[in-house]
Amino acid sequence: MTDSAISIRNVSKQFGDTVVLRDINLEVPKGQVSCLIGPSGSGKSTLLRCMAFLEEANAGTILIEGEPMGFVEGPNGRRRQTAAELRVARSKIGMVFQQFNLWPHMTALGNVSASLRRVRKMPRKEAEDKAMAQLEKVDLAPRAHHYPSQLSGGQQQRVAIARALALDPVIMLFDEPTSALDPELTGEVLNVMRALAEEGMTMVVVTHEIGFAASVGHKVCFLDHGKLLFHDTPQKVFAAPRNPRLEQFLDTYLDRGAFLVQ
Amino acid sequence: MTWHLFQLLLQASLMTIFVSVLSIFAGLALAVVLSALRMSGNRWMAGGAVLFISFFRGVPLLVQLLLIFNLLPVIGITLPSLATAIIGLSLSTAAYQAENLRGGFEGVPIGLIESAEMAGFSRMQTFVYIRTPIALRMTFPALVNEAILILKASSLVSVVGMVELTKMAQNLAASTYQPLPIFASAGLIYLVINLIVAFAARRAEDALPGLPAK
Ligand SMILES: Nc1ncnc2c1ncn2[C@@H]1O[C@H](COP(=O)(O)OP(=O)(O)OP(=O)(O)O)[C@@H](O)[C@H]1O
Ligand SMILES: [Mg+2]
Repeated sequence: MTDSAISIRNVSKQFGDTVVLRDINLEVPKGQVSCLIGPSGSGKSTLLRCMAFLEEANAGTILIEGEPMGFVEGPNGRRRQTAAELRVARSKIGMVFQQFNLWPHMTALGNVSASLRRVRKMPRKEAEDKAMAQLEKVDLAPRAHHYPSQLSGGQQQRVAIARALALDPVIMLFDEPTSALDPELTGEVLNVMRALAEEGMTMVVVTHEIGFAASVGHKVCFLDHGKLLFHDTPQKVFAAPRNPRLEQFLDTYLDRGAFLVQ
Repeated sequence: MTWHLFQLLLQASLMTIFVSVLSIFAGLALAVVLSALRMSGNRWMAGGAVLFISFFRGVPLLVQLLLIFNLLPVIGITLPSLATAIIGLSLSTAAYQAENLRGGFEGVPIGLIESAEMAGFSRMQTFVYIRTPIALRMTFPALVNEAILILKASSLVSVVGMVELTKMAQNLAASTYQPLPIFASAGLIYLVINLIVAFAARRAEDALPGLPAK
């Protein structure tokens, strides 16, 4: 399956005695947006973090563009990647966190250019030019010299997206990027993500924004109690949910009016 | 108490400031290194750092200074008193600053470290560019407190032959038989220096860009 950006094969994960992911199998096609939905505690964040090897699965394999994440296959089985190998593997992935996780002691421009300077070893000027171009893409060039504490949540999250994009990832992972935002600020972040999707970026988005999943997602995956109950096109998942757990889950969002009718 | 005597005290206070400032910054740099060792995950390095910190926090500064002063010649090193004083003060304040910084390092939200990892930073780069600046900001008031303590503790370096503000005051008091005005003046000079430090620190704190959200 070479057209998969991410292949998740028989992945299981537990924290102590708590089983969080149960034998997950999923292909994330290149250039598509896959949305992960499910109730709180169903394992969405954990699955996403496993893709970036921020968590290590207890069983199974995750391939990023065909290469095992976190491991190197050898003649005598597999071994953990060294720190340097892991950095190379991760360089294909950009990650956006629910809490933005901007570095508070750096300006927006500093946040976006830091990795270009420190990791890519670009000269300062070149790094800042590239960072500025990224900030322009998320419509934040005028705020380049502001510190995170001087930015709204929506602006901070857009800086975080620009920071992840600066390293030219081929896959973007989003963990509830709008959940920490005031409702009126979610739109600006979702618009940036929508534009990114239209450019053909491969994206995995954990979200409770059912409207976004319905209109932007190519595929919607429903996780419940650590099981991938099913995944399909948004039309199939939302228009005729035939699974009682999914129906129950969607009802809570219908109640809130968040469901966008196709 | 003449203007001339006061001038002599002021001159000596420059030595106090010089020794203290150098020691504070050298000590802070050493404290960051000690923190790195303590968090290195290497049992020996961490153990060494903890031992260092316990020793220098547990033994009176006066005894430390006398130890260094008397130990170095025994192992064949002769240093001017200025160097001995700065080394003594730096080692001592490093131990306290490392202890202050500990809370700062532990308080750096894990998400900030994970985002550095995802941005391709190595462990060392994360320590230098992310954890340390944030830890320094979070513990800034405690660091300034320790700096003021060191300014005052620098009066002890006279035991290794340094003539700084306190020693000068003692000398002048002995030669002029006017201990009261002279020690009062010395006290006043210490007070003014420390008020300036505290004021500057508060201004700096306000200017420091944001701390991580709680
Ligand atoms: N580091 C951890 N140690 C122990 N348990 C954990 C850890 N991380 C997550 N869990 C547990 O794993 C389960 C799944 O957590 P996860 O964060 O993946 O859920 P989620 O679907 O992202 O939920 P939410 O919508 O609330 O973000 C939860 O029961 C959680 O308590
Ligand atoms: Mg989550």
